[in-house]
Amino acid sequence: MATDMPTSFFGWVVFVLHQYGGALLQGAGVTLLLAIFGTFIGCIIGLLVGIVQTIPITERTNPGIKIVNKIVQFIFAAYVEIFRGTPMIVQAMVVYYGSMAVFQIDMSAMAAGFLVVSVNTGAYMAETVRGGIISIDKGQTEAAMAIGMNHIQTMCKVILPQSLKNIMPQIGNNLIINIKDTSVLNVISVTELYFVSKSAAGVYYRYFEVFFVTCVIYFIMTFIASRILRYIERRMAGSADYQLVSDPFADPTGVFPNNTPKKGGK
Amino acid sequence: MQDKNILEVKHLVKYFGRREILKDIDFTVDQGNVISIIGASGSGKSTMLRCINLLETPTSGEILFEGNNILDINTDIPLYRTKVGMVFQSFNLFSNMTVLENCMTGPVTVLKRSKKEAKETAMKYLEKVGMAQYINARPDQLSGGQQQRVAIARALAIEPQILLFDEPTSALDPQMVGEVLSVMRELADEGLTMIIVTHEMAFARDVSTRVIYMADGVIVEDGTPQEVFGNPKSEKTREFLSRFTDNN
Ligand SMILES: Nc1ncnc2c1ncn2[C@@H]1O[C@H](COP(=O)(O)OP(=O)(O)O)[C@@H](O)[C@H]1O
Ligand SMILES: [Mg+2]
Repeated sequence: MATDMPTSFFGWVVFVLHQYGGALLQGAGVTLLLAIFGTFIGCIIGLLVGIVQTIPITERTNPGIKIVNKIVQFIFAAYVEIFRGTPMIVQAMVVYYGSMAVFQIDMSAMAAGFLVVSVNTGAYMAETVRGGIISIDKGQTEAAMAIGMNHIQTMCKVILPQSLKNIMPQIGNNLIINIKDTSVLNVISVTELYFVSKSAAGVYYRYFEVFFVTCVIYFIMTFIASRILRYIERRMAGSADYQLVSDPFADPTGVFPNNTPKKGGK
Repeated sequence: MQDKNILEVKHLVKYFGRREILKDIDFTVDQGNVISIIGASGSGKSTMLRCINLLETPTSGEILFEGNNILDINTDIPLYRTKVGMVFQSFNLFSNMTVLENCMTGPVTVLKRSKKEAKETAMKYLEKVGMAQYINARPDQLSGGQQQRVAIARALAIEPQILLFDEPTSALDPQMVGEVLSVMRELADEGLTMIIVTHEMAFARDVSTRVIYMADGVIVEDGTPQEVFGNPKSEKTREFLSRFTDNN
C-alpha cells in the first residue's frame, strides 16, 4: 500500500485532487452558497437598517412616531455595534450553541452559519448604506421633494439608485470577504471548504499539499467574483455618450429609448 | 377675475437657531404675476423662497395658497408642492436618470400619469426649452445652460400653478445665461406665475410685473420695475442698485 503513495509535491497534489477533488469542490460549493446568500441577505438587512436610520425627523413629525423611531434607532445602533465589535468566529459559537441552550432551537450548523454570515454582513452593510445615502447631494432630495415626491418615492426613485451605484464596490468587497471568512464556520462544523480541507489533510497528514490546493480554489473563487463585480460596476456606470434624437416620437424603442444602437462618432 | 390672488405671505418669520433670518415678511402674488426678488447675498431671498414650498419650515406666520394656510398641520405637503414648482441655482437634475426620465418621473411617480401621457407632457416641455433632441443624455453630459433648461422642463412637467426660481442663472457661464433667460421670458409671456430670485437686473426690469428688494430679512421695497429701478423710495435700495451697476 505505502509504496503506491506519491513522493513529490506535485505527486501529492495530483493525489489529493484525485482523492479529494470532489469533496473539496463540494466544500467550495458550500462556501459559495454561504457567501453569496449571506451577502445577499446581509445586503437586504443592511439596506433596511440603513434606510430606517436615515428617516428624516422634523418638527412636523408626530411625537408617537418620534418615540418609536428613537427606540428602533437605538436597537439598530446596538445591533451594528455588537456585530461589528465581535469576531464572527465567536458569533458562530454563541449562535450555534446558544440557540440550543437558551431557545431550545436545534439549529443545524448550516442554518447557524447562514444566520451568522447574513447578520454580520448586515451590520457592515448598514453602515455602508447609511454612508451611501448621506453622501448623496442634498440638492437631489430637495429637487425630488420640490416636484412633490414623498420620502419613500424620493428614496426609491432618486436616492437609493444613486447610493446603490456608489456602494456596489462595497457589496463586492463584502462578497469577497465572506468567501474567505466563512472559513471560520468550521468551528461549528459547517462543511465548507476549510472544514473539508482540514479533514482531508488530517487523513494522510499532508497539510501543505491539501491547503495548497485549497488556497488555489479560494483564490479562483474570489478572483472570478471580483471580475464579475467589476463588470457589473462598469455596466451600471452607463454609456459614455448619447445621441441626439431628431424626431423623439418616432423613436422605435418607445418610452425609454436608451438602448438604441450607437451611431458612429459624431 | 384678472387679479386673482394666488399666494399670500403674511408675517412670515424664520429663525435658524437664534438668528432671525426673515423678519415679518408680507407680500401677495396674483395670478400671472412675475415677481423678481433682488437683494444682497445673505439677505434671506433663498430662505424665503424655500419657505414658500416648505423646503424650510417657517417659524411663524402664514402662507396662504388659494386661500388655504399651507402651514396648517393637515396640509398634504407633497400635493401642495406639485402646485408650486422650483428651479434651483445648481439645477439638481436627477443624476441617475436621462433627460427624458427626469421630466417623466414627476408625472409618473407623483401624478400617477401613464408613461405614454407622461412622455407626451415631458416632450412638450422639453421642446419648449429646446432640449427635445437630448432626451437620451444624462445630466452630466450636458452644459450648465442645457441642464438648467431641462430642470425648467422637469418643473413644468408637473404643471404647477407657480414656479419659483432661485438664482437660476447664477451658476452658469456668462454665454449660457441668455438661453435660460429667454426660456423664462417666454414663460412669462405665456402668463405663468413666477417668483424669481435673481441678480439679472435687466431681466428683472424688463420682464417682471413687480420687483421686491430685500435686505437683512425684510422687504425694503415692493413695486413695479419702474418704481423700484426708476424711483426707489428707500435710500437702501438706491445704494444697492447703484452698487450693482458699478459692479457690472
Ligand atoms: N440651513 C441654514 N442654517 C443656518 N443658517 C442658514 C441656513 N440657510 C441659510 N442660512 C443663513 O440665512 C441667511 C440668509 O441666507 P439665504 O436665504 O441663503 O440668503 P440669500 O439667498 O439672500 O443669499 C444667511 O446668513 C445664511 O447664512
Ligand atoms: Mg440664495
